[in-house]
Amino acid sequence: METTHCRNVNENPCNMCMPMGGILPFKGLEQSMVIIHGSQGCATYMRRHIAEHFNEPVDVGSSSLNEKGTIYGGENNLKQGIDNIIRIYNPRVIGILTTCLAETIGEDIDRIAADYLEERGLKNLPIITVPTPGYGDSHSEGYWLTVKKIVVGVARKTAKHGKINVITPNISPADVREIKRILDLMKIKYTLLPDFSDTLDRPFAKPYKKIPDGGTKLADIARMPGAAATIQFGLTVEDGMSPGKYLETEFGVPLYNLPIPIGLENTDFFIKTLREITGKAMPKVLEQERGRLLDCMIDSHKYNFEGRSVVFGDPELVYAMAKTCIENGTFPVVVATGSKTGKLAELLAPQLCDTLNKFYILDESDFTQIRETGIEMKANIAIGHSDGRYLTEKAGIPLVRMGFPIHDRMGGQRLLSVGYTGSAMFIDRITNTLLENKLINYRSKMYQQYYQGTEDEYQCFPEC
Amino acid sequence: MDTARDLVIEERKDSISTKGKHKKQLKCDTDSVAGCVSQRACVYCGARVVLNPITDAIHLVHGPIGCASYTWDIRGSLSSGSDLYRNSFSTDLKEEDVIFGGEKKLAKAIDELVANYPSKLVFVYSTCIVGVIGDDLEAVCKAASQRHNIEVIPVQSSGFIGNKSAGYRAACDALLRLIEPQEQKIKKTNSINYLGDFNLAAEAWIIQNYLKEMGIDINVTFTGDSSYDALKKAPGASLNIIQCAGSMTYLAGKMKEIYNIPYLNISFLGIEDTSESLRKVAAFFNNKEMMARTEALIERQTQKVLPVIEAYREKFAGKKAAVYVGGGFKAISLIKQFREIGIEVVMIGTQTGQKDEYETIHELVDEGTVVLDDANPAELEKFMVEKGAHLLVGGVKERPLAYKLGVAFIDHNHDRKHPLGGYVGAVNFAKEVYSTLCSPVWKYVDSMGGV
Repeated sequence: METTHCRNVNENPCNMCMPMGGILPFKGLEQSMVIIHGSQGCATYMRRHIAEHFNEPVDVGSSSLNEKGTIYGGENNLKQGIDNIIRIYNPRVIGILTTCLAETIGEDIDRIAADYLEERGLKNLPIITVPTPGYGDSHSEGYWLTVKKIVVGVARKTAKHGKINVITPNISPADVREIKRILDLMKIKYTLLPDFSDTLDRPFAKPYKKIPDGGTKLADIARMPGAAATIQFGLTVEDGMSPGKYLETEFGVPLYNLPIPIGLENTDFFIKTLREITGKAMPKVLEQERGRLLDCMIDSHKYNFEGRSVVFGDPELVYAMAKTCIENGTFPVVVATGSKTGKLAELLAPQLCDTLNKFYILDESDFTQIRETGIEMKANIAIGHSDGRYLTEKAGIPLVRMGFPIHDRMGGQRLLSVGYTGSAMFIDRITNTLLENKLINYRSKMYQQYYQGTEDEYQCFPEC
Repeated sequence: MDTARDLVIEERKDSISTKGKHKKQLKCDTDSVAGCVSQRACVYCGARVVLNPITDAIHLVHGPIGCASYTWDIRGSLSSGSDLYRNSFSTDLKEEDVIFGGEKKLAKAIDELVANYPSKLVFVYSTCIVGVIGDDLEAVCKAASQRHNIEVIPVQSSGFIGNKSAGYRAACDALLRLIEPQEQKIKKTNSINYLGDFNLAAEAWIIQNYLKEMGIDINVTFTGDSSYDALKKAPGASLNIIQCAGSMTYLAGKMKEIYNIPYLNISFLGIEDTSESLRKVAAFFNNKEMMARTEALIERQTQKVLPVIEAYREKFAGKKAAVYVGGGFKAISLIKQFREIGIEVVMIGTQTGQKDEYETIHELVDEGTVVLDDANPAELEKFMVEKGAHLLVGGVKERPLAYKLGVAFIDHNHDRKHPLGGYVGAVNFAKEVYSTLCSPVWKYVDSMGGV
């Protein structure tokens, strides 16, 4: 029997490549620039994708490797590239991401970066290198590995302090702002990494700045080893790529690896953990918000129960979205990611098995497989990034846009889905999509079924 | 003041000039300078853009997933038939494939795809690492071709072998292989091939209707809404007309050499260029009735379009535009098109313009206009601000930069959903300029000259 892991062809990818994921954390660092060591196209394609999602200028350098550099080594290209990046942008930190090409020709970027700093006498400029071959892993792993390498590169042993570390996955700038608001409401001091809440969703202002204000401060990252604890929204992250795990192993900072706070249980888990770590109480405002979320869940529970969902995207987000669907009765019949991970099945299968429904958990998946499985499972709603529009077009499954990239609608950067308030907004988006679809179709459906149609057939549960 | 002088990057200076201040030829068609944040994509991108509109082909990317992911159905080419081209297939190479070679995986991928999606034509695009690990694309494609008795054509588009223009050439080479008659000679007809229109938002169909009214049939369009069967008939045309010169001049030259088909450069962007081009095509056939029909068409369309354009034109008095687009032909047409609506072009550049195209641009623009090749965001920002541009024409990456600067923006990219070609395109263009330049939003922004 063939499994999904050894297919020879990917039909309509559900994931992107590793360096793409690596760009985003660098955009969440204060005054940082990133350069991709590879051919010019990689940087351009990724910039295009990221710019279209955030509606922000996204400047990313390239070492623009040509044939000569590929044969004789791209060291000169990379060094010239860094020179020019410094001249144009004058950043306080530079990230270097590799590509398929650089890794295949065996570029030693650590050595090149060290030589560069030595030769130019730039001892104080941090350069953070991340090996991100496109054939290695997906953009999700590229993201996590980059966050880890930033921590490894910048964090230093420091005296204990009262702050906590909060490490976030690829969620929207609005979500990052919401997490910061919750922490502020609870009067908790924190270092959030990577903080692209301003850099990738900047307010209109003049004059234009080539590197936007905002981002996690390097000095704060340096002090992360002195924190009281790390909260990392990285339940699906392998230990080897986990920045929180690194801080725990190297510096003894206790790690609380939590799901993204989307949905009631996940948000409760977050708040409970914050209370445990800091001893602070849940403020009245948050209690009110929790109550409103419950109210929202009750108001729409019957509509939500009609949903049979296809949930896809980055593993971490998929877990949180699937969990929210389970809570609200929008049963996830297909849970899929393009990444290679056993964690989703490990975490979700026990929760899904609780019900009478049949379900699929697919990793290393693509949209042809997701579509076919969705049709087989009679899915009526999809939740994930814009590439899922294909499910709407080809299989008539309406799509609630969520995650990255959202390139065919406005406002991906402003989508709020975390915390009690964000969860209610997320659930409303799901409910309203189900309702819209039902209301558009029910007249013709009833007409076909009862005016022109045949005898009813009865089932207790759709799949029991 | 020498505008290039205060630019920080030495290697870029010869690629920027200001009319009236520099006599020297603009440096172009070179590799991008590292670290300059070029707006160009790669060889693979160039090849994929040109070939992807072939509707009934399997487009298989041999490489890691990203290359297929970033190019899945992102272009607005329309089809009247198959929509197989809107899928993005990839061999999704992993580390073990890089170490042990990807040939077997590629062969199996072709077999699977052909079994699932019956087609007479497969394009296999090479990506960066395929060029390095040395997979023999030719051999794998040849064997697959024999196994399935269909055409499996390799596209030599490894990203590092040049810039986007090298990709255009790789695509043209693939097309030349495809159209080469296998056995019998292709019958010559009076029809023409239309090169370099990708049927974005129905543009090729619009032009086809004009030509039909004139009495000319399009044999096949390269490559908008084209199919395997239609492309096979390409050698039978009596004339090639080229819209996107950057991508198709090479193919036209080869077709002249091999099939003795003459070619004409035309442009269907803007009223002036559209009318001029239709006349040029009609003149080729040297047929009085056709000329009369053509003049009637031009007259009718112009009468319809001009008053609309004129109304918009009044609103645009004193406005200045900046242009940064992919190819030179588009840039040249845009200068004229802006002139039609009374807007001066103060900055203009392209990703892949050629020497002769920059000469034409230089002749067309006013004194003081900045011309630049392979520009980056810093330069675009600098010159838009310096020259007081109210509007930028560009692609997806340039759009947020313009907006952040408080500058209006025209999407002249492959993803657009409304036609900018032909007479209807001229109206759409003016309408789009109006919708962005005269939007109330700028009232709330302390912009550099917002309306």
